Amino acid sequence: MSSSVLYDLPGPRGRRRNLIIGVLASLAIVGLIAWVIYRFNATGQFEQRRWVQFEYQAVQTELLNGLLATLKAAGIATVLALLFGAVFAAGRLSDHRILRVPSSAVVELFRAIPLLILIFFGYYVPLQYGWSISNLWALVVGLTLYNGSVLAEIFRAGVNAVPRGQTEAAYAIGLRKGQVLRMILLPQAIRSMLPAIVSQLVVLLKDTALGFIITYPELLTVGKTIGGRLAFGFPYVPAYLVVAAMYIGICGLLSACAWWLQRRLTRVRTTAAKPIPLNDVGRQV
Amino acid sequence: MTEFLNVLTDHWSLFGQGFGNTVKLFLIAGVGCLVLGVLLGAFRVSPIPALRWFGATYVNIVRNTPLTLVFAFLVFAAPKLDVNFDYFTAAAVALTVYTAAFICEVVRSGVNTVAPGQAEAARALGLSFGQVLLEVVLPQALRAMVPPLMSVMIAMLKNTTVAAGFSVVEAGAIPAYMAEFGEPQFYVLLWIAIGFLVLITPLVLLQRVLERKLAVAR
Amino acid sequence: MGMKRAAVFATAAAFAFTLTACGKEGTPTASGDSNASGAAVSDTCKPSGATFTADSAAAVAGSTTFDKIKSANKVVVGVKFDQPNLGYKDTSGKRCGFDIEIAQYVASKLGIDPAKIEYKEIPSANRETAIKGGEVDYYVGTYSITDKRKADIAFAGPYFVAGQDLLVRKDESAITGKDTLKGKKVCSATGSTPIQRVKDEKLTEPENIVEFKTYSECVSQLLDKKVDAVTTDDAILKGYAAQNSTDLKVVGKPFSTEKYGIGLPHDDKALRDYVNTQLEAAFKDGTWQKIYDGTLGRSGSPATAPAVERY
Repeated sequence: MSSSVLYDLPGPRGRRRNLIIGVLASLAIVGLIAWVIYRFNATGQFEQRRWVQFEYQAVQTELLNGLLATLKAAGIATVLALLFGAVFAAGRLSDHRILRVPSSAVVELFRAIPLLILIFFGYYVPLQYGWSISNLWALVVGLTLYNGSVLAEIFRAGVNAVPRGQTEAAYAIGLRKGQVLRMILLPQAIRSMLPAIVSQLVVLLKDTALGFIITYPELLTVGKTIGGRLAFGFPYVPAYLVVAAMYIGICGLLSACAWWLQRRLTRVRTTAAKPIPLNDVGRQV
Repeated sequence: MTEFLNVLTDHWSLFGQGFGNTVKLFLIAGVGCLVLGVLLGAFRVSPIPALRWFGATYVNIVRNTPLTLVFAFLVFAAPKLDVNFDYFTAAAVALTVYTAAFICEVVRSGVNTVAPGQAEAARALGLSFGQVLLEVVLPQALRAMVPPLMSVMIAMLKNTTVAAGFSVVEAGAIPAYMAEFGEPQFYVLLWIAIGFLVLITPLVLLQRVLERKLAVAR
Repeated sequence: MGMKRAAVFATAAAFAFTLTACGKEGTPTASGDSNASGAAVSDTCKPSGATFTADSAAAVAGSTTFDKIKSANKVVVGVKFDQPNLGYKDTSGKRCGFDIEIAQYVASKLGIDPAKIEYKEIPSANRETAIKGGEVDYYVGTYSITDKRKADIAFAGPYFVAGQDLLVRKDESAITGKDTLKGKKVCSATGSTPIQRVKDEKLTEPENIVEFKTYSECVSQLLDKKVDAVTTDDAILKGYAAQNSTDLKVVGKPFSTEKYGIGLPHDDKALRDYVNTQLEAAFKDGTWQKIYDGTLGRSGSPATAPAVERY
């Protein structure tokens, strides 16, 4: 970190000062961890009866089914959101106003409405009209509309990131509009936005946890069921820790994958487009 | 059309209470996550390895955890550890803890956008650390930070709806109440969507203006 | 980066381990280390001891549902899974409780071996849709008979009469009935009839009403002193009180009447009449009593069979 903009390499006094602060900070962190462990112990969270459930196949199957339900919702929503995003990005990039304006409106609208409200649209409205829709699809509808709109923006940015000269050169050698898009822009754009897409999928995967509000049996719902067993002293703490570890494991892998793609992209330049920044955190909240 | 309008006028107080709490939650958590986020961001760019490690670990854990799980932990698991909040406070804390991780990243990448040469030049001129920070680095870093900070805040405003699942009567909880009154949900949800558009549009416009104004020519 | 990658790898490995870890068969039992927040009780399902043998000669003339069941040689029953002693699935996946055994009894009378029942967990809000859409053949799970629901589906029964009551901490002395709830935090399931009654009758202030998705969450909050009472049908509450009698008690002053029926497809009158006849038989020959005593009756409160209401 010597390249940080904020400070030079410390001199002898600075090093001593940093060492003292470092030791104090380490002590504070250790203290924090110790306090957490103390609280766990004082409230009996390490008791065997609160953890015993996880040793049993039936409970492991429950967790696995929850995980599969989460992945299923995320998988379907990913495919649909990619389609939705592609369609509306194409609309926004169109030369025709009549396509551009409504596409922009749709994308901006769904980005401004909270995901939960979109999921409620998928859940309550069919109930109101007596249509039978499973809560899986209610969840998928919400995830698709929201993440599809965000992906549309990523796609648009990706295509725009290909330098103008590429398009101009392609037209100059006589390619038609469709050919320019298909042969010149898309192959380069996809490479430049792949990491950003993967990192959006982490967001989508995390958001499936909202499914619990409409009682879709995803991983978090399973965690609530396991934690809600009175017979085991309401082991909410262990249950949520296990579920959190599973989410962090999967999302962490996906995030790492996004970073790897990004680094590879900057190392192996197979596209003239600049990579879409991964750390556009506003998108990932 | 009258039916559509009646949904709002008949339940004016519920909509008022719901959106009132949404705004309150947004403001409280907004201040909270800025404070915590900037602190964590400072950790991440500090010369102390222990602090950098703490900041990075925090961000990597929280960013890969669903917000809903953070809520659930604070409402159902924290009391088991004798850590007690009322439901509104729990919601504010959950939003703070979660959003701070993203603020931290904004701060870190904002500081990193400033070219090291800038500070080196400033130091070569004999400016002190405080002067380097206040007069050279921060003015440039802040320009890079403001637009993404706004995005994070807008996302947080939308995220307040998650509190609906945890016994806080904010905008996201309105549909559940309306279901009990038997009101047509489609209209109810349209009104809530309109409410969020009203809250978010000025923020988005402000963000675009700032983005244009603060763009650093490089 | 190295650190980070190591961390990612470690979580991935831990995760893979949890997935592949060999699990023990059977049901975990909470061993004797009980403390203040819970008595040591097993989660294992104990059937009441009533036996149900499939009546292979069963026939219901003119019932499309029965024909469907007969030709598939299995029955799909909608149930609850998180209500101890009523509709419960234990950690080994076994189901038990009063509602479950009523469902098994009905299945046996339709000529289906109770072991061949396919259970479907349907949340309260989706019950009518599930029955109307043919997702389940019938539904047994604290399903109150109301005129509004009768417009969409049909009810056999009632097979049990419950009433809204209050679950409080054992040391609670201030809450003795529905009129002592003012200023107390009251919890129930989102959108449920009981919480609607609390609101309609203004039993407590709106800001003291707490709603969660499940009753378990309410009971957990009750033990954590975040709420002061949980309200719903006494049958459900007694199930929890029986699981932790050291910390919980039911007030015992019901203030409503909920008639639990078996949800059936709206137009299948033949099946409804048949199920009613079979329920009456169970009331008379002691089967009902045996089921009750072995499930809900464990909470200590007696009950007698209701009268079937045909329509």
